[in-house]
Amino acid sequence: MGTIEAPHRAKADRPAATQAAADQPMYASRVKVYPKRVFGKVRSVKWAVLIVCLVLYYVLPWLRWDRGEGVPDQAVLVDISNARIFFFWIELWPQEIYFLAGGLILGAFALFAVSSLFGRLWCGFTCPQTVWTDLFMWVERWIQGDRNARMKLDQGPKDANYWTRKALTHGVWVLIAAATGGAWVMYFNDAPTVTWAILTGGASLEVYFFFALFAGFTYLLAGWAREQVCTYMCPWPRFQAAMLDENSLVVTYRDWRGEPRGKLKGEGHGDCVDCFACVHVCPTGIDIRDGQQLECIGCGLCVDACDSVMAKLGKPKGLVAFETLKNLSASAAATAAIRPGPERQKAGMAARHMPRFIRPRTIMYAGALTLVSVVMLGAFLLRSTLDVTVIRDRAPLFVRLSDGGIRNAYTVKIVNKTREEAPLALVLSAPEGFRMVVQDVEADAQGRPLLPRRADGIAQYRVLVSVPGGRRLAESTPVTFRLLDPAGRAVASTSSTFAGPRP
Amino acid sequence: MPTKIEKDSLTGTDTTGHEWDGLKELNTPLPKWWLYTFYATIVFAVVWMVIYPSIPGWKGTSGWVAREAVVADVAAAQARNAPMMARLREATPAQIAADPEMRAFATAGGRVAFANNCAGCHGAGGQGAIGGFPSLADDEWIWGGSLEAIQHTIRHGIRANESDDQRQSMMPRFGADALLTRAQIDDVAEHVLSFTSRATDQAAATRGVALYAEQCASCHGERGEGNREFGAPRLADQVWLYGGSKRDIVAMIGNPRAGVMPSWQGRLDPAITNMLTLYVHSLGGGE
Repeated sequence: MGTIEAPHRAKADRPAATQAAADQPMYASRVKVYPKRVFGKVRSVKWAVLIVCLVLYYVLPWLRWDRGEGVPDQAVLVDISNARIFFFWIELWPQEIYFLAGGLILGAFALFAVSSLFGRLWCGFTCPQTVWTDLFMWVERWIQGDRNARMKLDQGPKDANYWTRKALTHGVWVLIAAATGGAWVMYFNDAPTVTWAILTGGASLEVYFFFALFAGFTYLLAGWAREQVCTYMCPWPRFQAAMLDENSLVVTYRDWRGEPRGKLKGEGHGDCVDCFACVHVCPTGIDIRDGQQLECIGCGLCVDACDSVMAKLGKPKGLVAFETLKNLSASAAATAAIRPGPERQKAGMAARHMPRFIRPRTIMYAGALTLVSVVMLGAFLLRSTLDVTVIRDRAPLFVRLSDGGIRNAYTVKIVNKTREEAPLALVLSAPEGFRMVVQDVEADAQGRPLLPRRADGIAQYRVLVSVPGGRRLAESTPVTFRLLDPAGRAVASTSSTFAGPRP
Repeated sequence: MPTKIEKDSLTGTDTTGHEWDGLKELNTPLPKWWLYTFYATIVFAVVWMVIYPSIPGWKGTSGWVAREAVVADVAAAQARNAPMMARLREATPAQIAADPEMRAFATAGGRVAFANNCAGCHGAGGQGAIGGFPSLADDEWIWGGSLEAIQHTIRHGIRANESDDQRQSMMPRFGADALLTRAQIDDVAEHVLSFTSRATDQAAATRGVALYAEQCASCHGERGEGNREFGAPRLADQVWLYGGSKRDIVAMIGNPRAGVMPSWQGRLDPAITNMLTLYVHSLGGGE
């Protein structure tokens, strides 16, 4: 980023959070940010996203989904001890964890695509760090008042009022954090049971550990660390610049219209009245008028702040706006020779073009998204619910029988992802004379061994295949095992080999 | 080496003094919490080293030992299996085989017990080895392949003189003790080979018929069918404990060898000998 020149200003005017100390201490003190309350379109969208995300997170584990007897009835559950993931009608086995990997790949490409189109929408609106910080700030504002009241409280005497309000704020934060840690644990345990267990002290050490871990970090990251997480901890701001280009929508200050800043009255000034409304509402404490910067999470609250000021002044909105850097340069170029005023505003806006949403970068992201989606969907639709695997004994490779015949032993496993238990007949496809015996099972009317399935589990059988003596045998003979359902249809098959001595 | 530390005009921060083709690096300070977290990790490491056995020779103040943790885990696992082991101890092999739950536990545990105690002679899959280590996976049994016979062999062993009920048999040393001449031994060997149609000298084989009937048939049977009561192996098949060539057979008649298997009765828990019985029976030769 940084294709536009940041309007240079005197250092003293720069917000404190980005200002480095001149005498090079060992560390940079965090300068506390006091974001001011703001109203507007972007804020409303942000509230809506926040509510949807939080409701989803807290409510999802409580949804029930009837799967029958003896199976968890929780709609979304990662059942670690039984090695199953339940997601509504989907039940995944550990060997199908690639669906999770595929989901994460989808998420990554969706993030890349959205970033290249609309900038840091993820950071500004849906990132858990943003959502919970927003929630915690709302609590803070509700108990301690808005920006000025909070600053006054922090600078004022540490009296009863101060401590009451602080304690109340942190108390509510801890409650929210506890609910957050509790909800996390519920995704891995039956929600009502584990809630009751946590409350009555009967939960396992693991449950309490993860509960405390997630509660503790919610409190720490949303209550204390806040913008420090985005600025110093998170790797995403470091490389998301690679997804953005001059056609991406980013939060920008239209400097061609705002500069030079000055009083409302008087000649030769741009539209920016230097009221600092955009700075005061910023949750990361930066000045958007300095241009594109790492700390900006693209939440757009400064857009709302500036729009409300412009509305009061009777000027057009959009001095700070979601805009592409390409349009910004176009407007700047078109208005270079025009004096500040309505003419300049008109010419600048006229120079803009519809952002180019379709460009090689977005086409590639969309292509990757489509490809991964199709592969995932295909894999899911073709997902087998019944598998048979055969492992031939390797020690010994074969056994010589008393009549000079040869026998191989196999372990046959029936992987049954359904709750169907009806036995399946095992059939061996091999040259004439090969005889199969399955230990410990019954046979059907045709004398075929009937292998019971385990509902939602793996049934294992030992199968002996022998060839009578006096028969010429290759060192390795291909054989196929097939499972037939009661109607005689082959429902699963797998191939193996029959080993004999070196001829 | 830092060459020239200068103040950056835009940020007011010092540079590190390094320069690479005109690129300079700002010496931006770490955030305070970051630095403190770093110090906290050092403190954590020191505390950890004091509490746990971190350095050779240092046992740690907590007294925690990995071996004890394993011992506790093993004890817990044994406690978990105790009810099943008690059932396996009391049950007969036939009862275990009839109960799917017990059978599954016994064959799974028997595999491990076999690897620990039996595989040294009988091989990892019970395939045995030429030279006196019988295969347990084929369909030939010297002392019997029923559950009861296998259990008896495991409990009491063979010729180890450790149990009164051990499997005991002795083949006479026809050559070494001069019971038969070399020529007679050769004739008997040819006759034994003829059971599996492998005789090379028909005249010798015919000469051997009477000798065999006189000297061998009482244990190995008229037609070489063997006798499990005496542990006399079947001769009319393709499974040979000490090799099936004429040379091997002649050597075996002249100076017979006899393997020894220890009695496992006092060495292993009865539940484990029962598990081994089930496992050996499942290897493929069970009768």
